[in-house]
Amino acid sequence: MSTPTLIPTVEVQEDFRARAHKALDDTQLRNNFRSAMDSLMTKRATSFSDAHEREHLRVLGNAVRARALSKLPDLLEQLESNLTRNGVNVHWAETVDEANGIVLSIIRAHEARQVIKGKSMVSEEMEMNHFLEARDIECLESDMGEYIVQLDHEKPSHIIMPAIHKNAGQVASLFHDKLGVEYTKDVDQLIQIGRRVLRQKFFEADVGVSGVNFAVAETGTLLLVENEGNGRMSTTVPPVHIAVTGIEKVVENLRDVVPLLSLLTRSALGQPITTYVNMISGPRKAEELDGPQEVHLVLLDNGRSQAFADSELRQTLNCIRCGACMNHCPVYTRIGGHAYGEVYPGPIGKIITPHMVGLAKVPDHPSASSLCGACGEVCPVKIPIPALLRRLREENVKAPDSPNQVMRGQGSKYSPKERFIWNAWAWLNSSPRLYRLFGFLATRLRALTPRNVGPWTQNHSAPKPAARSLHDLAREHLNQQGDRR
Amino acid sequence: MSAKENILAKLRKSLTGTTPVADNFDVELVTQTYRYAPEERIAQLRKLMEAVHTEIHLTSEEGWPALLAQLLRDRQLPSLLIAPTTMHGKKITQFWANNPDLPTLKAYDRPVEEWKAELFNDTPASLTGTLGAIAATGSLILWPTREEPRLMSLVPPVHFALLKASEIRDNFYEVQQEFEWAQGMPTNALLVSGPSKTADIEQVLAYGAHGPKDLVVLILEDQ
Repeated sequence: MSTPTLIPTVEVQEDFRARAHKALDDTQLRNNFRSAMDSLMTKRATSFSDAHEREHLRVLGNAVRARALSKLPDLLEQLESNLTRNGVNVHWAETVDEANGIVLSIIRAHEARQVIKGKSMVSEEMEMNHFLEARDIECLESDMGEYIVQLDHEKPSHIIMPAIHKNAGQVASLFHDKLGVEYTKDVDQLIQIGRRVLRQKFFEADVGVSGVNFAVAETGTLLLVENEGNGRMSTTVPPVHIAVTGIEKVVENLRDVVPLLSLLTRSALGQPITTYVNMISGPRKAEELDGPQEVHLVLLDNGRSQAFADSELRQTLNCIRCGACMNHCPVYTRIGGHAYGEVYPGPIGKIITPHMVGLAKVPDHPSASSLCGACGEVCPVKIPIPALLRRLREENVKAPDSPNQVMRGQGSKYSPKERFIWNAWAWLNSSPRLYRLFGFLATRLRALTPRNVGPWTQNHSAPKPAARSLHDLAREHLNQQGDRR
Repeated sequence: MSAKENILAKLRKSLTGTTPVADNFDVELVTQTYRYAPEERIAQLRKLMEAVHTEIHLTSEEGWPALLAQLLRDRQLPSLLIAPTTMHGKKITQFWANNPDLPTLKAYDRPVEEWKAELFNDTPASLTGTLGAIAATGSLILWPTREEPRLMSLVPPVHFALLKASEIRDNFYEVQQEFEWAQGMPTNALLVSGPSKTADIEQVLAYGAHGPKDLVVLILEDQ
């Protein structure tokens, strides 16, 4: 079987609006997402059949995350000291470049050529595959969905289900073209093909890379959840294991993972638990017969400390990456994950990405929402996503000379003209004499209102003031009743 | 300043003047709906594990080696990987010695590096013990040791696991408390809730993704 060539990065074309339009015209893509999201929503609802239990658990999940964040620097130090005591090497990185540099230096120290990766969204932030490929190190995804998108030189379109944008027929063609296997749409057979290829890779790999779902400060334990077993393979078979994670993933106590684990697997997939819950507390001990000889943890900031600095935006970091917000998002369901053009799509992507890449790079993200509220309603750790989207909209139009610097790239949509109009509007509405004059003129001169008012009139009829104002009508009504003046 | 110092300094500055959120963890929320009468535990575990294609057999301390031999023959498995120094490893070795013509026993008794190819390519099945199970989620608790290493429950395509009925607990919280996990975790601890699976292609569930394709649990009712 031929080894797939791997050039995993996709150049993101055009802007968000253009990509969204293109996605909306792609019937296959829309069908794939619609059916997948419907099914995921149903599964979640079924697994939380007791609404009372669900809501209490969400409150607890929120409290656990809020408590962890309220002590974050202390917990990170506690985590580091416990992991170090257990024999794990802990590294800190402020940027993705630093994190990649750390990973590369570990790989080089072992003269490693082959890296096998369990699923890790943080490694996607780092574009680790691309970075290592460019340095002649094979970095292969082993999660079936991630493997499929890597084989097709794509990026994940969903944080839990990376290849959800493809149907079985598309995967069949891909495997046939890239792996030279006989064309089959049978999902069991397709998975067995993936298993065969990747087993050999697990066997050969010099280094395994994984993410972390929860890092427990109290015990120095890295907890990973998964269904396939690739996470266990990546963290147990190769002689070196490198875990990469964001600094927000820490929880205080081992017991704190009980509610979070339940919320995570039920919100993500409607499962009471995943097939494997893998708790790693150290490398192979001297007398043990397997497991990695070395375990490393890379703690990555990449904009998280910026979100952390503002007590409202800090709630973004409650996220446990279940994907329920995207499964329930009417925008995500219609345009899919790739249209967002960044690592994290959907509602959580819209609130976390601006901290990672700067608001100026994703100026349309906060407004690509109808603010229907579904994301906030299903979030297992109660992140007020709609409120945070509104907040980012404000940051997006902040004047460049504002003394209040909240985030990189703020004010990218600031327009002096728009600001002038809003100021005038505020003045008009707060000055009674002016308001009365405006009402008088608007009702008399209503015939002069333009028929075409930009994007609004593409889908709506043009607004036209009524012949008489509400004040006027109300006054008349009251006068007719004769009981007040 | 190092990356660590920078990150911690930024986080500390952001928390200036704040007090940590109080720890008001309500244990009832993660235990109350997950308590079972002793006689319900097997049924609850069975329901959840069978829903994800786990094969479950009820047997006894006396009867399990013969049942295991039969299951191996039914599946035409040529060999079985065992942990020779464990109680169950010794028991199966003895049973095999008294019963000729059974599939070959292989012992995991040396570092994986010395026989990695054989483990990956020529080890169709394994037998491990468990530390117990969790009824609430249908999970086996595995705590691999030097005697019974980590890869035993992962690489062979068929995994047989022994479970004592008396060691089925109600929920994950209770397990953590009972074993005092907060005071010390092993190198690797696992919850295993079925054979390996994936729904990554069109959400169609397929078993045998990367780990065992079959998980067979032998519950010792009298233990």
